[in-house]
Amino acid sequence: MERFEGSIQLELLKRMRRIRDVELRIAEEYSQGEMRCPVHLSVGQEAPSSALSLLVYPSDYAVSTHRGHAHYLAKGGDLNAMIAEIYGKETGCSKGKGGSMHLIDTTVGFMGTSAIVGNSIPTGTGLAHAAQLNKTGQISIIHLGDGAIEEGSFYESLNYAAVKNLPALYLCENNFYSVYSPLNVRQPKNRDFCFLAKSIGAKTFSGDGNCVISSYKTLKQAVKYCRSGKGPTFVELKTYRWLEHCGPNNDNELGYREEREIEYWMNNDPIKKAEARLRKRPEKDHYKNYCQALKKEVDDAFEFAKLSSAPDIQSRSKTIFSTEQ
Amino acid sequence: MKITFSKAINFAIRDSMRDDNKVICMGLGATDPKGVFGTTIDLEKEFGSKRVFDIPTSENALTGICIGLSIAGYKPLLTHQRLDFALLSLDQIINNAAKAHYMYGGEICCPLVIRMIMGRGWGQGPTHSQNLQMLFAGIPGLRVVMPGTVQDAYSQLRASINSNDPVIFLEHRWLHNSESQVVYDFSDQDLVTQSLVKSGEDITILACSYMLPEAIKARRILKEKLGVTADIINFRSYRAIPDECLIKSINKTRKLIVADTAMRSFTIADQLSNNIRDLLIDGNSIDIRILSMPDIPEPTSHFLTKGLYNDSYTIISKTCELLSKDCRGLINRDTELKPHDVPGEWFKGPF
Ligand SMILES: Cc1ncc(C[n+]2csc(CCOP(=O)(O)OP(=O)(O)O)c2C)c(N)n1
Ligand SMILES: [Mg+2]
Repeated sequence: MERFEGSIQLELLKRMRRIRDVELRIAEEYSQGEMRCPVHLSVGQEAPSSALSLLVYPSDYAVSTHRGHAHYLAKGGDLNAMIAEIYGKETGCSKGKGGSMHLIDTTVGFMGTSAIVGNSIPTGTGLAHAAQLNKTGQISIIHLGDGAIEEGSFYESLNYAAVKNLPALYLCENNFYSVYSPLNVRQPKNRDFCFLAKSIGAKTFSGDGNCVISSYKTLKQAVKYCRSGKGPTFVELKTYRWLEHCGPNNDNELGYREEREIEYWMNNDPIKKAEARLRKRPEKDHYKNYCQALKKEVDDAFEFAKLSSAPDIQSRSKTIFSTEQ
Repeated sequence: MKITFSKAINFAIRDSMRDDNKVICMGLGATDPKGVFGTTIDLEKEFGSKRVFDIPTSENALTGICIGLSIAGYKPLLTHQRLDFALLSLDQIINNAAKAHYMYGGEICCPLVIRMIMGRGWGQGPTHSQNLQMLFAGIPGLRVVMPGTVQDAYSQLRASINSNDPVIFLEHRWLHNSESQVVYDFSDQDLVTQSLVKSGEDITILACSYMLPEAIKARRILKEKLGVTADIINFRSYRAIPDECLIKSINKTRKLIVADTAMRSFTIADQLSNNIRDLLIDGNSIDIRILSMPDIPEPTSHFLTKGLYNDSYTIISKTCELLSKDCRGLINRDTELKPHDVPGEWFKGPF
């Protein structure tokens, strides 16, 4: 990667490292049985959200899916509040009511994640509509997986965004699987997501979702286009989930993904590649220090979560209506 | 030989497919290595990928597609790993399947079974744990069944597939590992009747789905410790019309507890109670209590779900309340019962 600014490379790597360390720590602690909710980890898929995080502002909106930890963190969501939420604590970002699949941090424009596939696509499109009405130059990021492309809400939302020229950026992390189902049992062979989105009326971009620089360059163009007010933008970044669909372990033994395939993608680790690039650069010491500080940040977040109080049991019957706090 | 609930589902699908080559089995993950909690394992091997297959994540369209197959003479079985996912298909279920026979003046039938798995616990939270049986039971044209035993899993699923109507088959995740022997038989009656599971003298407990094993456990403790015996009736067809065995039992005990997995405003128990009071002599004097979930979305945190669910403990308490007995000390909810948010030792998360 000639001539790509060192400071940006460093920043991208730091963000990926942070997401990975948090996710791996969740995986490590999960068997303790204190995080009693399903978790969908993003290990292996850190590049797209890390790249995006350098390109958006807290005033931009974002929504995501069941696999939302990385997106939440990349948008600037509070780490302590996320871990506490997974532990079901009072200090969690949803006060224990939502868990890992319902993360929110409105202070940084992260407007929620949904456990229902495709459910947040229209919401994000509505946020884009609000952004347009606001005339503040905000954009709305809609994170989605390859599986969500199969839901009607995707087509209906994209159509609406095209009709209204909305500043909506649909960011699809294509990891080739929906749970244990490969793309070929769900979509026609050689389906090109970008071609599809383009036909509906979006401007499309694609890049290597396992290379943070490629992801960054792709998203930079996409965000620029989207922010210019020209209309909906669709980005496909191909990447790969290392662990099981839901839970802390790897599930290679199930055999729905070929050993060779898994190996190929794990050797193509976006973080290792970025670290290798850094090795020849002056910023490497800074990175080393960062990794140490990060360890403490993650330790602290888990300690914060574990030490936080359980929510008051009465709170479960509250906040059903806006008149109840 | 004892088999599990999920095996019984598996065998019911297998036997239906052997008997009728129009039966087609589809669902997200239907052919994956886990086979929908073991319920669709090996089916593709026996029947091939034309009759057993995985599908795109397109719940609404797939339901409509099943309706198309159905009115063309096929018998589709569509599975959702959570009831919550089937909510995307309410249009097709309510505006199409439920009414097809009626609004075309009986010209077509719509045999279609939609399995929806529902549950509770382990942080399933507000959108992975909904028990919305009433939503479907409130729609004319839909049959709603809620198997409570391994036997039901087999016979009710076979009867559902055999039926010429759309059937919503609600399967509780916490039942999947229960075990029992099974008689490999079924009849049309399996879709519309309740069944007497245990017979007693003092009180009638009508329990649906996962509430059934909890009721049976409660009965055992009540009998051992207080000498109280209950009639346990399996509320396996979710309808407001009291079955003969229920009427007979209430005539004897004059006391009824209905244990449902649904929210208070989403249980059919009130309607059923009214019908019972109307039907029986001196019906207003019958004591009825309803055990349900409170009218709140299910929170995710296990701290917030503590004490939320009904189980043998709450059934015992309600029974004692109705019989004016002291229930203190009969069972220690914290030490004698498994953690409240898992179905048993076998469950290690995450879903
Ligand atoms: C409407 C709906 N259908 C099915 C599911 C079950 N489910 C949970 S995650 C998932 C996979 C979706 O795949 P994809 O969108 O590619 O996201 P990934 O898990 O790969 O990140 C499925 C099918 C669901 N949550 N909601
Ligand atoms: Mg995917």
